[in-house]
Amino acid sequence: MTFLVRDARLLALVTFHRRRMQCFCQETGVTTADCELPACTGEESWVDSRTVYIGHKEPPPGAEAYIPQRFPDNRIVSSKYTFWNFIPKNLFEQFRRIANFYFLIIFLVQLIIDTPTSPMTSGLPLFFVITVTAIKQGYEDWIRHRADNSINQCPVHVIQHGKVVRKQSQKLRVGDIVQVKEDETFPCDLILLSTSREDGTCFVTTASLDGESSHKTYYAVQDTKAFNTAEEVDTLHATIECEQPQPDLYKFVGRINIYLDRDEPIARPLGSENLLLRGATLKNTEYIHAVAIYTGMETKMALNYQSKSQKRSAVEKSMNAYLIVYLCILISKALINTLLKYVWQADPNRDEPWYNEKTETERQRHVLIRAFTDFLAFMVLFNYIIPVSMYVTVEMQKFLGSYFILWDDDMFDEELGERPLVNTSDLNEELGQVEYVFTDKTGTLTENNMELRECCVDGHIYVPHAICNGQILPGAAGMDMIDSSPGIDGKEREELFFRALCLCHTVQVKEEETVDGIKRGIHQGKSTSFYISSSPDEVALVEGMKRQDTCIHTLRVINMHSHYLIVLLGFTYLRLKDSHMEILNREDEMERFELLEVLNFDSVRRRMSVIVRSSSGEYYLFCKGADSSVFPRVVSGKVEQVRARVEHNAVEGLRTLCVAYKKLTHEEYEETCRLLNSAKLALQERDKKLSEAYDVIEKDFILLGATAVEDRLQDKAADTIESLHKAGMKVWVLTGDKMETAAATCYASKLFHRNTQILELTTKRTEEQSLHDVLFDLSRTVLRHHGSMTRDTFSGLSGDFHDYGLIIDGATLSAVLKPTQDGNSNGGNYKEIFLEICRNCSAVLCCRMAPLQKAQIVKLIKASKEHPITLAIGDGANDVSMILEAHVGIGIMGKEGRQAARNSDYAITKFKHLKKMLLVHGHYYYIRIAELVQYFFYKNVCFIFPQFLYQFFCGFSQQPLYDTAYLTLYNISFTSLPILLYSLMEQHINMDILKRDPSLYRDIAKNSLLRWPTFIYWTFLGLFDAVVFFFGAFFLFDNTTFTSNGQLMATNTQMMFGNWTFGTLVFTILVFTVTLKLALDTHYWTWINHFVIWGSLLFYVIFSLLWGGIIWPFLNYQRMYYVFMQMLSSGPAWLSIILLIIVSLLPDVVKKVLCRALWPTTTERIQDADKLYKGHLSEFTPLSSLHAPPVRKHDRRGNESQNHTHRRSDSSPPKKLMRTYWGSKPDYCTFSSFLRIGENPRFSGAAYAYSTPGPETSNKLVLPLCKPVNEEHSIGCDCLCPIAFSHDESQPGLHGCRPRRKPLLKMMHKKARKQFAEDKQTKDMDYWNHVLWSDETKINLFGSDGVKRVWRQPGKQTQEGDLGWRQLWILHAQLVPHKETGDGVGMFALRGCLRVLLSPATSSLSKIRTWPGGLGNIGQPLADVRLSFVADFAVAAPQDKTVARGAPATER
Amino acid sequence: MKNEGETAEQPDNTAFTQQRLPAWQPILSAGIVIPGFLLIGLAFIGIGVGLFLTSQTITVLEMDYTGVEKDEPCFGCTIPNIQNCTCEVQFSLSTLFKGPVFFYYGLSNYFQNFRKYGVSKDYYQLTGDTQYFTSPQDSCSPFAYDSKKIPIVPCGAIANSMFNDTFKLYQLINGTKKQVPFDGKGISWWTDYNIKYRNPSPVNGSFVNAFSGTRNPINWPKPVYELDLTDQNNNGFLNQDFLVWMRRAALPDFRKLYRRITQGDYAEGLPAGNYSLTVHYNYPVLSFDGRKKVVFSNVSWMGGKNDFLGIAYLVVGSLCVVMSVVMLIVYAKFKFSDDDDM
Repeated sequence: MTFLVRDARLLALVTFHRRRMQCFCQETGVTTADCELPACTGEESWVDSRTVYIGHKEPPPGAEAYIPQRFPDNRIVSSKYTFWNFIPKNLFEQFRRIANFYFLIIFLVQLIIDTPTSPMTSGLPLFFVITVTAIKQGYEDWIRHRADNSINQCPVHVIQHGKVVRKQSQKLRVGDIVQVKEDETFPCDLILLSTSREDGTCFVTTASLDGESSHKTYYAVQDTKAFNTAEEVDTLHATIECEQPQPDLYKFVGRINIYLDRDEPIARPLGSENLLLRGATLKNTEYIHAVAIYTGMETKMALNYQSKSQKRSAVEKSMNAYLIVYLCILISKALINTLLKYVWQADPNRDEPWYNEKTETERQRHVLIRAFTDFLAFMVLFNYIIPVSMYVTVEMQKFLGSYFILWDDDMFDEELGERPLVNTSDLNEELGQVEYVFTDKTGTLTENNMELRECCVDGHIYVPHAICNGQILPGAAGMDMIDSSPGIDGKEREELFFRALCLCHTVQVKEEETVDGIKRGIHQGKSTSFYISSSPDEVALVEGMKRQDTCIHTLRVINMHSHYLIVLLGFTYLRLKDSHMEILNREDEMERFELLEVLNFDSVRRRMSVIVRSSSGEYYLFCKGADSSVFPRVVSGKVEQVRARVEHNAVEGLRTLCVAYKKLTHEEYEETCRLLNSAKLALQERDKKLSEAYDVIEKDFILLGATAVEDRLQDKAADTIESLHKAGMKVWVLTGDKMETAAATCYASKLFHRNTQILELTTKRTEEQSLHDVLFDLSRTVLRHHGSMTRDTFSGLSGDFHDYGLIIDGATLSAVLKPTQDGNSNGGNYKEIFLEICRNCSAVLCCRMAPLQKAQIVKLIKASKEHPITLAIGDGANDVSMILEAHVGIGIMGKEGRQAARNSDYAITKFKHLKKMLLVHGHYYYIRIAELVQYFFYKNVCFIFPQFLYQFFCGFSQQPLYDTAYLTLYNISFTSLPILLYSLMEQHINMDILKRDPSLYRDIAKNSLLRWPTFIYWTFLGLFDAVVFFFGAFFLFDNTTFTSNGQLMATNTQMMFGNWTFGTLVFTILVFTVTLKLALDTHYWTWINHFVIWGSLLFYVIFSLLWGGIIWPFLNYQRMYYVFMQMLSSGPAWLSIILLIIVSLLPDVVKKVLCRALWPTTTERIQDADKLYKGHLSEFTPLSSLHAPPVRKHDRRGNESQNHTHRRSDSSPPKKLMRTYWGSKPDYCTFSSFLRIGENPRFSGAAYAYSTPGPETSNKLVLPLCKPVNEEHSIGCDCLCPIAFSHDESQPGLHGCRPRRKPLLKMMHKKARKQFAEDKQTKDMDYWNHVLWSDETKINLFGSDGVKRVWRQPGKQTQEGDLGWRQLWILHAQLVPHKETGDGVGMFALRGCLRVLLSPATSSLSKIRTWPGGLGNIGQPLADVRLSFVADFAVAAPQDKTVARGAPATER
Repeated sequence: MKNEGETAEQPDNTAFTQQRLPAWQPILSAGIVIPGFLLIGLAFIGIGVGLFLTSQTITVLEMDYTGVEKDEPCFGCTIPNIQNCTCEVQFSLSTLFKGPVFFYYGLSNYFQNFRKYGVSKDYYQLTGDTQYFTSPQDSCSPFAYDSKKIPIVPCGAIANSMFNDTFKLYQLINGTKKQVPFDGKGISWWTDYNIKYRNPSPVNGSFVNAFSGTRNPINWPKPVYELDLTDQNNNGFLNQDFLVWMRRAALPDFRKLYRRITQGDYAEGLPAGNYSLTVHYNYPVLSFDGRKKVVFSNVSWMGGKNDFLGIAYLVVGSLCVVMSVVMLIVYAKFKFSDDDDM
């Protein structure tokens, strides 16, 4: 009977699912990441049990055989290594990585055979990498050791022989009776025997286990709760049988046999409510006694320590693919050279000229052995093509790069004081590759902050309405009326309903002021208790019922005559005391109900029930649940009215619950008890039996009514979803909610637009038609449209056209995914058809989803043939499976505990942060790592290929071209830092632009920077450069007197250069070229980049001077002595270095410039534009004009879709911004996403252009307005721009059909802007007070950015009617001196604005209306910003009246 | 309002952590690249012309004296096992060969860059460490000990295969031979001569005694301490010819400096006339199909004759110019069509 029910059940399901998958894995022999649980335990079977003898006492003879079992001690070992096995184990771990192993092999080969390069060259870097990793891991392990020790040695109190004894925690044994005091942490998994509280309960927080800070109640075994003191407990004689440890935190099945004086032991069931988990903390209870059943590494916490699966990013996969290519290149190089060597050496004079005789042993060696050794030697010579440093750099880049997410101030949550979490840095770049976003609804899209909106009792609507100091606070405005006021009978029902809500819950009353900083005091500190529950709905309901002291919480009943009947609510749930729930009724009387049973909530039943006995001895069963699970069990009550209301509320986006009850007779109650107890006592398949019992009990209800709870959309959720859409991602909402509620949220969050054609794949439809027909119907609809499109459009991702949204529910989904039994050909195709439909839908809503199904969906999409990258985001335990399944799992640190955050790869605090995470961080990470990978391969081709070429000129004798020091240090120090810093700092486009223009994300979609053509380009560039280096130097040396001029000491001498000079020359060109190539690719030169790039070149030069300038005593050769200086003393060397560097860089530069000019990508266009505006682009220009020209489509949506959407247009007038209106009602949702003006009260004010839909009104309003750049500035005048209105239709004929392809601004414009800015620079405060400030630079009323056509007779001016009507809302603060008249400065400014905005077509405004203070009704968000008035005007408005409804005047 | 704890959690809001460091954001746009290419192109063409013209002023006279063909003067010396063979190569200059003239010998198809060959020396021997005289390093084998196990100094293949043809140049003036003086000093790297290579310090007052118990390389007719008996500073490991040889060539066709002609009547160069080059033909190359030649060359500020660099500069320079023109056309067209669009 925990209060964690909802989550617990969900998690059980999740774990169950995972276990099943694991079984599957083991059967099929697949070892995937999913196969991580220790044992394949089979479905629900009882695996193995253990018997625990409490206090190590043998059971009385004859009862049972005493089999002492051995259990591990209570030592926690989280460390991996011990002092002794650290080195071998760590080395083994490290060399299991394929790259390390490769380098080890190379190193060993170098040691064994006579190789061209010294073993140092590969040994040193390898040693370095291994050592650094080992030190890091060793340090981490040392910390773990320390933590383990402190835990293992902390004292615990154990009862031995009736006395309390202190023991070290690690010496605890299974069967020990432990005493735990308040605020202590449980040392192992314990079965609660007795507590200091007389009712045998104790309170526990499991914050460290699952992050839930609420107090959960645990129950002592009824028959042992009397054993309260140490002596008493010691006399207890009992054994516990329970299952062997399992990792599931919320599942436990066991049985306690208590031997009293009688022979027959008493058996009692044990469940998770009796099990205290290690890691949890005792609260509000003085002490408890409990017996240890799982210790040490067998505790559930330890079992949950298992590391999560390692996810690998797409970039890593392509990196590995490249690696294989390079490995092939390496092997083929070595093979070619070996072959050629033996071909070339066929002539004995070449094989062994007199000047290079072999030793006798060499001559004796078999030719095959020689060939093999040569092959290995070549491998060693060329092995640098796969550099060990690449792995190190990539790891460092990922690790260091992930800090930018942590540091990001934009993602810092001020409320919670939380930063994003990065649980794995391996997936940073995957954030830039997401194609599918699967999001949970509750708590992710919405705030999960529930508020009771209304109740419906027997068809009467009750709206909570706080009356403070005799005034009605503005709440809801228009209400529907359903029935006359309730009669006497109704009154009873009403009270019963409210009682039901007060009783049927698992809410817990918290008496303290704060829990983790969340304050929810009842009222201004007067009362200190507040409610806690794992389900926010319940809190909302109970709180909604509560009466308050100064604000009388009431329900307003609206009847036919719009007469407000104030009903005092005031049922307050006080507490649960001694199994009695105490509630305060309206008359302030305490009512006590004995809580008999709680039939917990689970996601399958979707309802919960309580059985209570009233003080008058009547038994009631109250049930609360989803409409679908309650209605079928209802036998009487006003079902139709309630159903209508529920559906209405669901459409409004409210979460609805139905409440029903039934009275039980005593006999019925006894029967129920029996049923439940037998189910609860079952050791095997308890869950199944319980749910069967529930099924029997919960029926024949009388419907009481329904509740509607509102869950507000999160801040900027709609904006985020819209951005994700524009970025080419498909957003799927997976929710357990019912379809209507979910659909409403989807509309509000802009997942569906008004012109989205909704395809339904729901049980409702499949009831009418067979699934087969529905599927084929839908796919025909989708594909027909698709077929008429050219393939190059954004495959259904954006635009007005063929924008489909699919709604599917859980039942239909399982039908679709279920493999058909009869095995006909159609059956298997359902999945394919379904996928095909989904692919063509921009948004999919899956409702009524079980957690398991969420993961299934993700898996399905993951496995589809494009293998898209998926991202799952959620906040609750029910999202864990989905988060673990998706490529990238993001948890939201929300109200539903930390389950999701703990299992995720990244955790954020708000859904809106996803935008920056993906569009900015993900984008950056991706381009950075893409360049990093490509560049690494490139620079190593440049490095090694000359060495390969040199073999052709040294008789294939494996002569290295470069000196050992150069070979070793090339990747470690000469060229490593620039690319590392590049991969941390690069920003090809400004952050603001990335955020503002999500479509840039498409430029990198599908791993576009790491595709094979790009890879081949880089490789060939590398080959070209290598050829240039080598042959450039070759022709200088070959047959010429390439000599040193002006010897350092003696003049006018000519000296010959040897082979090392040759190599050094090539190497110098190489280092400069690859570094400069990176410099060319760098778009963002901070001082760090300058420092590192020029610094590493300087370092090379200095190193070379030093390396060649000294006779190094530890070397047995001095071949580099003075080589570098001699080279630099030669004029031709300088000339050739310059020449060859330029030649190497030339093709890349030419390619870049030509591509940029001829086929610019969106990114490049924006870079160019940004350059033009000197980084101020983000404030001015409509970026859409910079995009690659979109394919023009002028056909409108088909009539079919029109009808489709109109069919649903039966909603009520606007009340709340987040609610949605289908059909032709204005889409107020736009506002919520734009509203950011609250940040700056001084200049808060916004101008929005607004319009309603209509087939012919596709007018584009572009309002590039000003926005205070820096909100902190009192005068944000660093951004100034003229207000412009694009109005193509003002001229007759069809004009402006061609979309723009380049920046709007030319030099002229820029000058004008500068002038404008300079003019404004000197203005005083007074002037600025007259300026209208607005947020957002551009507002698309609806539809795309493309130009729309309007039908007109030739020669006729645009009629306003042609454009439909428009509505402009201008909201501004502190501008209006005379509110009453709406005149004055504000009005003046407004009129000015309108003139600018809408001339000339609107020169004949039919009316301009203002409502001083009229904003109160637009909704809460707007009211927050203290707006003075709204101007609303309409042009040629036949629908004018509907407009006016948007903002009805309400006097204060 | 933030309290203490929250600010502690929050790292410094610096430009770096927020990825907003001030930065220069260059873009490779046509506007920069076209003039850049043009400039580079023109500069390169200028340098190229200069280099090419300089290279043209350098005179090179190259003569193969291997004696492969029967009519060649040194054919007679190619017979195996011939000792102390001398042959004479005649040539004539029609104009003054401007000095200072450098005299090279060249070998082709000779792989001084064989890996095994390259490591076949003992650095410590060459620095005069007498410990290594008696026990040369393994890298020298099979030229570390002779068949009687006597250690070789200097050991290794490089030293063993030292070029040992010697030349004498005579100007034929009215039938008389006038020897052209050679300058053999300073033909090796200054650092090799002065720092890297060292002769052993004299034992019992005699430099030669340091070499006792060792023998000369197998192919050498005389020990290393007799390389130049006339000049003690050019003897032993510090012999300039030896040093030149020990610096391995990068490629199989190479030249090495033999002598300079800077003295006497020939300081200004070799006057026009007939010359005779007397070759002491010792060095066998035909076995591996190699060639030997002598080269006379003078130098300029940029070294020896090297047309490649000049031509390369010219080619790259003109390529740059062409590219800039192409880009200009492309850019103009692109821009034009774009304007049309507006």
